[in-house]
Amino acid sequence: MEELFKEFASKFPAYLVEEVKENLPPKVTKAQVKKILETVEENYIYAKVDAGESVGLVAAESIGEPGTQMTLNTFHFAGVAEMNVTVGLPRIIEILDARLTIKTPMMEVYLVPPYNKGKDIRSIAMKIKETKLFELASEFQIDIVESQIRVVLNMKKLEEIGLTSKDVSKVIAKGAKTSSVKNDGDDIIVKLNSKDEGLNEVYKLKEKIRVMYISGVKGVSQVLPVKRGEEFLIVTAGTNLKEMLNLDYVDPTRTTSNDIREMGKLLGVEAARSTVINEVFKVIENQGLNVDVRHIMLVADTMCNGGSVKGITRYGIVSEKSSVLARASFETPIKHIINAAVIGEEDLLNSVVENVMINQPVPTGTGLAKLKTKVID
Amino acid sequence: MQDSVFKQIKSIQFGVLSPKEIKKVAAAKVVTPELYDKEGYPVDGGLMDIRLGVIDPGLRCKTCGYKLKECPGHFGYIELARPIIHIHFVAMVLNILRCSCRECGRILLSQDKIDLYKEQLDALEEENGIEARRDYIKSILSSLKTTMKCPHCTARQQKIALEKPTTYMENEKRISPIEIRTRLEKINDDDCIVFGINPKVMRPEWIVLTLLSIPPVTMRPSITLESGERSEDDLTHKLGDIVRINQRLFENINAGAPEIIIEDLWDLLQYHVTTFFDNAVAQLPPARHRSGQPLKTISERIKSKEGRIRHNLAGKRTNFSARTVISPDPMIELNEVGVPKEIAMKLTVPERVTEWNMEYLKKFVEKGAKEYPGANYIIRPDGKKKKITEETQEQLLEEVQPGYLVERHLLDGDVALFNRQPSLHRMSMMCHKVRVLPGRTFRISPAVCHPYNADFDGDEMNLHIPQTEEARSEAEILMQVQTQLISPRYGLSVMGCMQDSIGGLYILTKEIESLTKGEAIDLLYGAEITDTSRVPDKKVLTGKDVFSAILPADFNYEGSAKSGAEEDHVIIKNGILEQGVIDSANMGSGKGFLLRNIRKKYGADYTLGFLGNSLRLGIQVLLKKGFSAKSADEDMPKEANDQIKKIIDESYVKADELIAVFRENKLETFPGKTQAETMELKMLELLNKARNETGKIVSQYANKKTATMKMVLSGARGNLINLAQMAACVGQQALRGSRINKGYKDRTLSCFDKDDIRPDARGFIANSFKSGMKPHELFFMSMTGRDSLMDTALRTPKSGYLYRRLANALQDVKVEYDGTVREASGKIIQFEYGEDGIDVSRSEGGRIDVKRIVNKVIGE
Repeated sequence: MEELFKEFASKFPAYLVEEVKENLPPKVTKAQVKKILETVEENYIYAKVDAGESVGLVAAESIGEPGTQMTLNTFHFAGVAEMNVTVGLPRIIEILDARLTIKTPMMEVYLVPPYNKGKDIRSIAMKIKETKLFELASEFQIDIVESQIRVVLNMKKLEEIGLTSKDVSKVIAKGAKTSSVKNDGDDIIVKLNSKDEGLNEVYKLKEKIRVMYISGVKGVSQVLPVKRGEEFLIVTAGTNLKEMLNLDYVDPTRTTSNDIREMGKLLGVEAARSTVINEVFKVIENQGLNVDVRHIMLVADTMCNGGSVKGITRYGIVSEKSSVLARASFETPIKHIINAAVIGEEDLLNSVVENVMINQPVPTGTGLAKLKTKVID
Repeated sequence: MQDSVFKQIKSIQFGVLSPKEIKKVAAAKVVTPELYDKEGYPVDGGLMDIRLGVIDPGLRCKTCGYKLKECPGHFGYIELARPIIHIHFVAMVLNILRCSCRECGRILLSQDKIDLYKEQLDALEEENGIEARRDYIKSILSSLKTTMKCPHCTARQQKIALEKPTTYMENEKRISPIEIRTRLEKINDDDCIVFGINPKVMRPEWIVLTLLSIPPVTMRPSITLESGERSEDDLTHKLGDIVRINQRLFENINAGAPEIIIEDLWDLLQYHVTTFFDNAVAQLPPARHRSGQPLKTISERIKSKEGRIRHNLAGKRTNFSARTVISPDPMIELNEVGVPKEIAMKLTVPERVTEWNMEYLKKFVEKGAKEYPGANYIIRPDGKKKKITEETQEQLLEEVQPGYLVERHLLDGDVALFNRQPSLHRMSMMCHKVRVLPGRTFRISPAVCHPYNADFDGDEMNLHIPQTEEARSEAEILMQVQTQLISPRYGLSVMGCMQDSIGGLYILTKEIESLTKGEAIDLLYGAEITDTSRVPDKKVLTGKDVFSAILPADFNYEGSAKSGAEEDHVIIKNGILEQGVIDSANMGSGKGFLLRNIRKKYGADYTLGFLGNSLRLGIQVLLKKGFSAKSADEDMPKEANDQIKKIIDESYVKADELIAVFRENKLETFPGKTQAETMELKMLELLNKARNETGKIVSQYANKKTATMKMVLSGARGNLINLAQMAACVGQQALRGSRINKGYKDRTLSCFDKDDIRPDARGFIANSFKSGMKPHELFFMSMTGRDSLMDTALRTPKSGYLYRRLANALQDVKVEYDGTVREASGKIIQFEYGEDGIDVSRSEGGRIDVKRIVNKVIGE
């Protein structure tokens, strides 16, 4: 039996062999298996793409056409109390443009056992969240006489994150170099070093330490523990994948960000490509539409072809086309024509629009085959 | 036959015209701004000189001797009195001036570095294409801006600035174009390469124009107005300005006018030449007509959607096409299109006369253009086209012989392409067979509406008749309706029964229990199914028997129905529907599992026929049985109404409780949310739950026997939510994902108190459409209605642009013979299409159904 599988493994994709194995009933004869494999091969050969098929245009149509049916409503609450997510057409545009900053950056943080079974999930989430001082403090008192600031901490919140007031004061001391910081019970007293500072300076200092970063992963503004299947994971608003992957309770093999550029920079183009595919697919699925992954893959592959992520814009992949006329027919024709003229660029007319322009057969599909005949004059 | 070999263009090379070439291609030198003399005859040496081509009938071109429409036009030139800078090269001139030595003209780089950069550039182009080279050149040049000493002759460099649009300043002193030209002349060919100029096609000094090429007259034809007055083209106007100022400049120079006057004129000339090339330069006021409307000069002609490239070159217009309103006709086949006789007599198909079809074709010529089916033209082998009219008819009939072409009227069965805009996917243009019908609209089967996204509320569609044998066969093989059954987007059927026919089939297979054989055959004949051999010979037939009669005899199928209920489960054995109901899950478009199985077994052509038959059968059932939905269908029993009221009242109480907790600030917040946000989310959840529960009650109590419910259950039209909104409760109106909170300060409408956050005050509609809405409820409904209208209006252009970009970026990505996916220059994008090489339109939902194959083989 195994030889049979091996024999056919070269004839069609491995996943089909696996599928055959899975679906075989317990009792089968070798002849039947052979017949099954042969039929699968036959079906596979029938389903293969033809040479010359304009797969690119089909992919463009398959993503462009459902675009007209998508919502423009940017925000959507995915679930009961989850955070804002950009969905629908704006998100698709954002991904395909390969924007540098996206509207709602998010991470899905997977955890290593035992945390992924729900252990300390809330406190981990709180630890990840970027916390500023005002979120921990219940009051900022300005002492005019001493020109100092007394920060009254909310001990309950502090406990949640697992910090003591000592830790907090250390962080403040590091950030506010021009002042001395000391603990007074649970409160923290911040005093300016130089003696005769005006009230104005004290006030400024208060504003400064108010928004001071205390703990957590920078950039993560919201956290939400979610149960997915058997596993707990943390969804965050705001991304900082680099720092996140360094945390020891985070599973670095599965944690992802929805920012394509970030994924590309940190984990390479292949990661960026996967992110493009997953993100586009997620949006389309979320809208209740049906588009085959192959089309999205092709778009993602085109975007990542050069080794870095390029958007589908006039500065991105369209600018890399070899044909002057193809570029000119998209946007900013004058610029392209002038640039081409200066270096004497030659258009070899091997893509679609140029041939449409000069009324010649297009070299895709049935135009791919060329017939040579002798011309008798 | 004759002239079947054409010249083929292999490549197009871009370049810049040198002054020498300008002179060489020119047919005339333009010296006077005058256009015509007193008799209205073009002046020699004027802008309309007949050496530049002719636009008047009767005249002959002095250069090529051809008449109007035959002469392609010829370029001319003007000798500019002073050099002028070409506006599109301004940035390049600045770069060159800044980065080259003002004394020796060398680039401000040592020889070693020049050689190094050249090598690097070539390597970069090899690897990353021409765009990367351009970027690198840009970065090299910008690094040179601050070099103040020439490495070749050690001369000190000055700071050069550009005063837009076309003035260059060196240390606050103007550099005249003459000076610029001499500097550019000094650049040697080797350095040009680092400047990004290919010295083989262009020299830097050509940027500063001494001669101006004049486009041929044929490119800027004048139009004669009704009053007999001539109205010149925008370009001619602009050229007239240039020539006039140039002339004056010459005169002033020769007369030795003061420098200041000459400079003024020179600047004016610069302005005119600049606006001649581009009339939308940021710092210049655009040149205008006397009416104040800006002139359309060369750049504007090329640019944008209405420009030459996108409008005329990438987009073509065609003959042999028609457009009219569409209307439905279920009696024609899916791959047919009903063409009005009027159109069939205008559109023609060329047929070549041979000795075997001469008699057949002569009949068309005999009938002439006015009688159907006739012919409109005959074309002689030498290409001369002759119109068939009453006078010429007899003579032409004599003349026709093998080798001639007859353009005959459309006949039934001719190949046509049918299209509806927007053509978003390939199913928007399919090949149909012509069916000439009376009336004035195109007729299509309602089943093909879905791929075209058409309806009959006044939609218009286009018809094209392919004119060559190659085009016809390609259309038939690749584009015919049956070849497009499976969408390449998701690998499922895009065509299927719709609306009436789904409902009809549902009634036929679920309700009709007793029919006489006569009635059954009546139904089938009414649906134009004449093969009644498979109607069983029984006294009393059921609707299932009738449906079985259109199934193929050896067809086996099993599939679940839309309801998912056990008794509705479809089982077909040996072409007989043994159990189950036929509804949208089996016959509808998008799903249509039964259709998919038939296609797999019997092929696309058969499926198309089957689909047509079942469509007509379904409609016929409704016709015979009658079907009407009434308003009373939405009436609920008192019991149900009480329950609905209870649910809504209860949710109001809960909402009040929620608000009370919120007012006391005791709400347990969601992480990262404020009290108010949490309250909103909880409230939305609460109200949506209430709506859903009323919906459940409606579906529970609704009379399944009513027409409205039948439509819902069969999947013909509408869903339970629609019904619930009509019968029970419209529900919460959401604006931007939250409850309505816009309007006045702290309240939505003036009839509410401030800070009223109860359901009613924030867009919850407790009434149903049937019970009628209160004024404020109607108002909230209109708000969301307007919002969704805006959404559609704003979405269309956005998604259109996305689509255009995608199509432009991916249009030349194709599968090569070796199975790899490549773009035009041969760069590999995927080694195997979609990682397994499967064409989605040939798959089943994007996959190969291994399970089915296993079951089939095991079952044998």
